[in-house]
Amino acid sequence: MTDILMPKLSVNDARPAATGGASLIEVQNLSLFYGASKALKNISVTLGEKVVTAFIGPSGCGKSTLLRCFNRMNDLIDNVRIEGAVKIGGHDINNSSVDVIELRKRVGMVFQRSNPFPKSVYENVAYGLRLHGVKAKSELDRIVEQSLRGAALWDEVKDRLHSSALGLSGGQQQRLCIARAIAIKPEIILMDEPASALDPLATARIEELILELKKDFTIVIVTHNMQQAARISDYTAFFYIGELVEYDTTTKIFTNPAKRQTEDYVTGRFG
Amino acid sequence: MNTVTPSQYLPENPREFRNFRAARFDFWSFFFGGLTGLATLLILAILAVILVNITLNGWSAISWHFVSTIPKKDFFNPDTTGILPMIIGTTIRVFVMTLFVIPVGVITAIYLTEYASNTSLVTRIIRAAINNLAGVPSIVFGLFGLGFFINFVGKNLDALLHNPGPVWGQPALIWASLTLAVMTLPVVIVATEESLKAIPPGLREASLALGATKLETIWKIVLPQALPGIMTGGILAVSRAAGEVAPILFTGVAYYMASLPHKVTDQFMDLGYHVFVLSTQSPNIEQTRSILYATVLVLLALTFALNFVAVLIRARVRKQLRSGH
Repeated sequence: MTDILMPKLSVNDARPAATGGASLIEVQNLSLFYGASKALKNISVTLGEKVVTAFIGPSGCGKSTLLRCFNRMNDLIDNVRIEGAVKIGGHDINNSSVDVIELRKRVGMVFQRSNPFPKSVYENVAYGLRLHGVKAKSELDRIVEQSLRGAALWDEVKDRLHSSALGLSGGQQQRLCIARAIAIKPEIILMDEPASALDPLATARIEELILELKKDFTIVIVTHNMQQAARISDYTAFFYIGELVEYDTTTKIFTNPAKRQTEDYVTGRFG
Repeated sequence: MNTVTPSQYLPENPREFRNFRAARFDFWSFFFGGLTGLATLLILAILAVILVNITLNGWSAISWHFVSTIPKKDFFNPDTTGILPMIIGTTIRVFVMTLFVIPVGVITAIYLTEYASNTSLVTRIIRAAINNLAGVPSIVFGLFGLGFFINFVGKNLDALLHNPGPVWGQPALIWASLTLAVMTLPVVIVATEESLKAIPPGLREASLALGATKLETIWKIVLPQALPGIMTGGILAVSRAAGEVAPILFTGVAYYMASLPHKVTDQFMDLGYHVFVLSTQSPNIEQTRSILYATVLVLLALTFALNFVAVLIRARVRKQLRSGH
């Protein structure tokens, strides 16, 4: 059983031969425990720079947990213990010398439920900038506009920058969250099922946006939607009950997966 | 697999669906519905009786002179007395209390919801202590205030400052306010905790994921959202404290003072205590009755006014939060 499910990938062969950019995120033998239960089992995977990598798998397979290891959001949960290493740009981010504030500034995150602050559209985007010391009004104005344009939201909100973000539609709110994340110029954007609560049209806009963003950012996206993974990602990793089953180019995973289990999942036979 | 056809779900004789059972009078629903309505009505009636009684009996004694005069020694005489020092004393003690109880209560609630682990023994002990604090009779708080604030803190402060006579070590406005603050602490803590818990965890995560520290997240995201709830706690505390007499009995209230309090170490006169004095110490009950009612009316009006102002401010805060500024 273990042999079938566990690809036993080492650092090197976990990375598909055709990785586009340089490797940016290296996960080495990572295991994560919630108390006594093991949520991630010895995961090793290398993600490339300026590509979209999708994490797919049935609920509870650990894909979101792994995503949250990349900006140490799991620190917020009691009783979480990890073994192994996550390296970003060669630095072990769980090392005590790594400043988690700087890490999260460089690794942004977009959540499943859009969670704009109950502030104005402008203040939502400016929030991170103000945190990191941008004070000049002109500078704030410039980056807020740039970020909203980057998130394909500017035209819709430019006349209502100072009204509440909670008045936006669900899709607009999620794009605002993306604008908020890119405002502080992260290198990596983590997206945890960013479109799962949106209607098909709003989903399509988010997907277009992701394809646009990958020119400037490294994107890791968790999704339940297989078509979405196929449409937007360059690489896909398939997880099952805490284990990385298969990781390859998206084309390969969806057309000619090496593992039977992957094939069953992507063709909809289970999951 | 068997093919399922709609006919499988239809009754053999469709007419069965046409005949609904005749509606029946449900006695118990009617009975309990009526009971809840009556209970509500009873409460309203009691409130109305109290308010009407006080207003009818007290209204005639209310005058500008009555509310704006510092009484001379004989404050039982309706023609010469006034209650200005009592109005001021009650207002100030409630205000000073708020200055203490809101920060301490809010910080405690923040610790309990944002920092403390919910399952730890320490947290459970703190919560139990807060609940028990809410159940302590107010006269016990008065005795606590006397023992702790006046005899311990005050006396030691005097010794430390080498005061020739007692300055801090005697009943005073500050000690009465602090005693009331201790008494109303549970109300503020619980109201603040509830409002903190109601804030979606996603907002905290979003802030942290942008590289905010926990403190920045609490200060910039959590607290502004919790403000209306915190104010609700403040309003409840003010309502409870404004009419309380027992906690201030030993800690600061005076039977009579010829002048208004100037310092926090002064004693003060108080509306609630004055009601007690008028109703128990008067040499001529018939003569005093109208000002007794009038004093109660002013106390009620003052409590309502303090609440009303707080509710207005809270409504303003809520509106600002909704509009996103």
